[in-house]
Amino acid sequence: MQYLVSVITDSTDRATPEEDAAIDVFNARLQAEGHWVFAGGLGGPNTATVIDNRGADALFTDGPFVESKEFIIGFWIMEAPDLDVALKLAAEGSKACNRKIEVRPFLAP
Amino acid sequence: MIDVGEAITRAHHEEWARVVAALARRFGDLDIAEEATAEAFATAVERWPADGVPPNPGAWLTTTAHRKAIDRVRRENKRGDKHAEAQLLYDDDPPEPLGAIDDERLRLIFTCCHPALAMETRVALTLRMVGGLTVPEIARAFLVAESAMGQRITRAKTKIKAARIPYRVPSAEDLPARVSGVLAVLYLVFNEGYLATGSDTDPIRRDLTAEAIRLTRLIRALMPDDGEVTGLLALMLLIEARSTARVSPNGDLISLDEQYRGAWDAALIAEGHRLVRERLAAGAAPGRYQILAAINAVHTSARDIRDTDWSQIVALYDQLVRIDPSPIVALNRAIAVAEFDGPEVALAAVDRLEDKLSDYHIYHATRADLLRRLGYGQESRAAYDRAIDLASNTGEIAHLTRRRDQLG
Repeated sequence: MQYLVSVITDSTDRATPEEDAAIDVFNARLQAEGHWVFAGGLGGPNTATVIDNRGADALFTDGPFVESKEFIIGFWIMEAPDLDVALKLAAEGSKACNRKIEVRPFLAP
Repeated sequence: MIDVGEAITRAHHEEWARVVAALARRFGDLDIAEEATAEAFATAVERWPADGVPPNPGAWLTTTAHRKAIDRVRRENKRGDKHAEAQLLYDDDPPEPLGAIDDERLRLIFTCCHPALAMETRVALTLRMVGGLTVPEIARAFLVAESAMGQRITRAKTKIKAARIPYRVPSAEDLPARVSGVLAVLYLVFNEGYLATGSDTDPIRRDLTAEAIRLTRLIRALMPDDGEVTGLLALMLLIEARSTARVSPNGDLISLDEQYRGAWDAALIAEGHRLVRERLAAGAAPGRYQILAAINAVHTSARDIRDTDWSQIVALYDQLVRIDPSPIVALNRAIAVAEFDGPEVALAAVDRLEDKLSDYHIYHATRADLLRRLGYGQESRAAYDRAIDLASNTGEIAHLTRRRDQLG
């Protein structure tokens, strides 16, 4: 079972060196314990482009699909047997990156 | 001759959660478990009056529900709907047996009270899956439209399945926190019954207090060594014991000092006191519910309000403040202080809570009462007015109005 674990923030400030170090330790643990699938940091909402190609021509719009005070600035994809394990890992991830976290399951195939 | 209606009611109380839990485990799907169990009870209502009550109603219901569930899975598979197969509730068998607490019903309770669900959802799901209340009954209890309550429960079942909320008793490490989550759900159900909200509602909803007590008894039977479970049951029993004396014939609430104590339920009080003694004998540091139960045990030990051991009650509140420094606890402590150190000391303590409790009707009702006792009639009246504005329980409003109108 895989979970998308999104990092929520309201500022585009980069992680501090301490936060980076804590994230590295956490990532190493995810890998050692077999929970790691993928992870990455994202550019801020102002770097986003929305594309709508449902009509005749692809339409490009500068900016995120929804303007909001808080946005996603990074994510993990984790492998976990159930939500209890995913929530525990996410709680540690929140501590490590010093930000709020959202956990969402991938749909079963 | 067994009364069939009575037998069905008893089976519903004793077997509903067991049947749902067994089916949830077997089919890995709360939705199938709930529907098949409801169908089995509907079949019992149809058949038992003609065929007679089976010798083992629980086994009959389990077998019948099982067949209904298999019918549904077959039906869905025939439609080519692989959904039922694809997304089964996750259940990893614990590596070691958990002994006394490894009851199917506990898995069900912990799943319904999972912290990833919103509190109101946990309450609704627990009443439906464990308590066996119907969706319309739960909707009525919480003054929500039936369709909204149905959706809330359906969404919860969808989340449990999709996010794979596990169907199991939490590990020993997580157990205390998760048990306290379950107790919070039951206490909320009890409190909604004990002080019902809504302008068309009876001040006390005995159906809800009774259901909360029944479910807490069940959890105590499953986890007899958990002090807080016992504490919560004792607390509910000692409050429930006074419920008849708590409402006047015209529906206003009667406060503790005015209640006719002869109308208290002696059997419930005896049971509550026995549970409190059991916890005292255990010698472990008490949690919140155990302390609240002890406070209520002191109240129910006094034959008259004047015989109340207020020093003991203040000492217990001091203990409670240390583990729960919330303003509500501080307010209740101040009410006890009024009896022990006098209304002036209490009023000073209450006034310090204004920032945090100025929207809470009990804060204003407490001030009103203290001001009245200190002879400040005008200030007291203003405080009663504010309390009446903020209160939502019909009996409380009637009680506060009566107190206000008694002011000279």
